[in-house]
Amino acid sequence: MNYIYELHRTMMSQKLILVYDGDFTQETTKSILSMAERNLDSSGEDSGTKRKVFNVMVEALQNIVKHSSEQGLQAGSLVSKSAIFMISKDDKRYCVMTGNPIPKSKVAGLTKNLEDLNSKDKEGLKEMYKDIIKNTQISEKGGAGLGFVDMARKSGEKLEFSFSSMDAEYDFFCLKVNISREKE
Amino acid sequence: MEILNLKGTEDTPTILLDKKNGIFEISGRSLPEDSAEFYKPVIEWINTYATAANPATEFAFKLEYFNTASSKLILDVLSALEEIKGVKVIWYFHDDDEDMEEAGQEFSELVEIPFEFKTY
Repeated sequence: MNYIYELHRTMMSQKLILVYDGDFTQETTKSILSMAERNLDSSGEDSGTKRKVFNVMVEALQNIVKHSSEQGLQAGSLVSKSAIFMISKDDKRYCVMTGNPIPKSKVAGLTKNLEDLNSKDKEGLKEMYKDIIKNTQISEKGGAGLGFVDMARKSGEKLEFSFSSMDAEYDFFCLKVNISREKE
Repeated sequence: MEILNLKGTEDTPTILLDKKNGIFEISGRSLPEDSAEFYKPVIEWINTYATAANPATEFAFKLEYFNTASSKLILDVLSALEEIKGVKVIWYFHDDDEDMEEAGQEFSELVEIPFEFKTY
């Protein structure tokens, strides 16, 4: 039973205010959002920061929903659908973090995509956003390919990411988006 | 023409399109799971309306929040509005919500429709 205390200690030391691990659907997304929103409201957070955190949460959660349904179809196993979502908060910032399995074949493309985003400044991201919204049809998964761009814009900081090997087919993709609590 | 009246939920906006009373408004939150499906009747309504539009149409967006999948569909709504003579968009934003103001400005740069910005 030691792991209960260990997990609790990790949450405290990492300043995690919300952790969800499991299956992700639009329904879980709504529940997580309303929980996080209550938390932000009760802490009296600045409305601009609150909106940015909410915004990043929505995109991060809907990304997982989209990709896990895709993988559920492919692999047909529950394990492959399982992902993690968490938020931490300290004096300076909120961090919205996600982890989910992705096929190894997609790692190179995703890495390039994220590095490309991270190389752009505020104006560059804005141009990219307008370019995508003008020229892209919505995909069957309901995504417009705008999620990461929007997260990068709302964050104003680089998107942090890493990949850990799970097995021969899948990597675990971790993403961390920082939202400053300090006024610009 | 029939009124399109959709009551808002925690992840879909309130929509009221009423030709007779000259009310055209999308308000609230927009983060549906399937944004294309959700906005389909709205775009269809506008396309029908465009064939016999009022002399002037003030279309109000009073959004508190929308996700990126919705933003693509909002652009589709605006593109449908472009076909209407005498159309104007009123883009509302909370007076401290710079992101929503900027989003409206970006949309205004993507379509040939006059935008008016108002705070609420």
